[in-house]
Amino acid sequence: MTPSTLVLRDAAFGYADRRVVAGVSLTVEPGDVVALLGPNGSGKSTIVRGVLGLAEHLGGEVEVLGTPLAQLSDRTSIGYVPQHHSLSTSVSATVREVVACGRLPHRPWWRRAGAEDRRLVDEAIETVGLTDRAREEVSHLSGGQQRRVLIARALAAQPSVLLMDEPTAGVDTANQHILADVLGRLAATGTTMLIVTHELDAVRDIVSRVVCVSAGHIDFDGTSAEYALHTSAHAIGSDHHHIDEDVVRVPSTPPGSGPLDSATTRSTA
Amino acid sequence: MTEILAFEFMRNALIGAVLVGFAAPLVGIFLVQRRMSLIGDGMGHVALAGVAVGVLTGTQPVFTALVAAVLAAIAIELLRMRGGTSGDVALAVMFYGGIAGGVVLISQSTASAANLTGYLFGAILTTTRADLVAFAVLSVVVVGTATVLRQRLFAVAIDEEYARATGLRVTALNLTLAVLTAVTVVVSMRIVGLLLISALMILPNATAQRLGRSFASTIRWAAAIGVGAAISGVVVSFYAETPSGGTIVLILIAVFIVTAVASAVVTRVRSRTRRHPGRHDHEHGPGCGHEPVRHGDHVDYLHDGHRHAAHQGHYDEHGDHATHIDHGRHDTDDKHGELSRSS
Repeated sequence: MTPSTLVLRDAAFGYADRRVVAGVSLTVEPGDVVALLGPNGSGKSTIVRGVLGLAEHLGGEVEVLGTPLAQLSDRTSIGYVPQHHSLSTSVSATVREVVACGRLPHRPWWRRAGAEDRRLVDEAIETVGLTDRAREEVSHLSGGQQRRVLIARALAAQPSVLLMDEPTAGVDTANQHILADVLGRLAATGTTMLIVTHELDAVRDIVSRVVCVSAGHIDFDGTSAEYALHTSAHAIGSDHHHIDEDVVRVPSTPPGSGPLDSATTRSTA
Repeated sequence: MTEILAFEFMRNALIGAVLVGFAAPLVGIFLVQRRMSLIGDGMGHVALAGVAVGVLTGTQPVFTALVAAVLAAIAIELLRMRGGTSGDVALAVMFYGGIAGGVVLISQSTASAANLTGYLFGAILTTTRADLVAFAVLSVVVVGTATVLRQRLFAVAIDEEYARATGLRVTALNLTLAVLTAVTVVVSMRIVGLLLISALMILPNATAQRLGRSFASTIRWAAAIGVGAAISGVVVSFYAETPSGGTIVLILIAVFIVTAVASAVVTRVRSRTRRHPGRHDHEHGPGCGHEPVRHGDHVDYLHDGHRHAAHQGHYDEHGDHATHIDHGRHDTDDKHGELSRSS
């Protein structure tokens, strides 16, 4: 039996002993396309950064393809697609040069790129539809195209799962459609993906599952259809993302109430 | 020109200049990419303390300077990894401590002020055969390491976080780059002087940035500019009787200004003469519905009878317009008659 791509059991992640997210349990099976949804600051990016080894793993269990995170020596099985502003633009670099970086962890430091490396780089560039721009400078491309360069760089490493950090954020509508097409093509070929996003709309048709993160823990995990029911059930009440915050923050008196308010309000004070 | 080669000190000077002119930009490009252009200056300050120790103890100053610069490089890298403002202040303490300590120590030795000036601003004409051998060995180490590790250093410099996430040994690579920088500083010390070292690492790359269209071609341009400026600087300083270090740096700056102005003019002229379909919301790509046509080293897409080729975030019109069929869905029909043929 093939092991699950990613298993998190009661995991906690953070920075320098400060827990940002805790009690995260999540399983990603081969072929799953999971949207990790939540507002800014909810901790969804920290989960992904924790799996990548960029945030500290502070508790619980994390397994990648059946191997505990601490013992994971070959990190190429996890393909990381960061937000586009992570690329330095101080020196010219072509699309091909950036995508070729994806092959580096696969060979020792003294070995040059071989024919197989070059073939996989070309293939990755073709998958994201940038073959005709392979020799262009990355800094001359639009935000959406740069995002596709980063996807190609991750694909060139032939990962078992792609972890994407806000792939559609800050991308104009025309480019969002192209990006969604690329993600759709990857999903159709069985690529396992975990997509961190604060807006589901752009990837709604692609994802097979939605996981919501709120205030440092997971508060929903289900199929897209279940998520639609879940949001409609909560539509009348308070926004589901803020349930816990509401419990904590609702003051015992309404804001601005004072001695001149009605007796009923005062009695609750 | 040939009379220069008749003097042994000039032959040595030219060989030294070629070595440094070639090696310094190869390391400098990664510093530029990581926005650490001035780090070489700081290492130079600390290297002066090493020189002073060498002069005082009668050890070869190149060797003691190398030890001081490498230790400084490792300390700088460790402070940088830790981050925060305390690291920044610690760097300042280290750099000024280095230069102040160096000046005070040298004053205690029998060495003359001219000797100190030689280290600060370069004294290429005093390069000895033994110096040359040491510089040649160090240059080969620097160029060899920077070449073999080029792609890895590039990957870390362009996106350190990604490199770390994919399991590249980022800390080891950063320390390697820091040590390479330190070695380059010491090799360049006799040629341009400790106070001008960064110029030789950074300026060729600043110029090459405007000429290269890829990382690989930028490196080639930078090395060519570095070697060219170093040789011409030595030759000019011989005839004009100027200090070689300052002359090399002034030539580098002149080349930079000329290139910057020329590239700005070329960009303006091009944008006036080469017209392209203005607004183009559709993006061509495999399966976009437009027929792809191979055109030399790239692919054009047949868009309503026009061949569109991707170019820097827009599309140029390529090839022959005889097959023009349909103006109907095109944004910029009226411009087609005037389009220059850029193929």
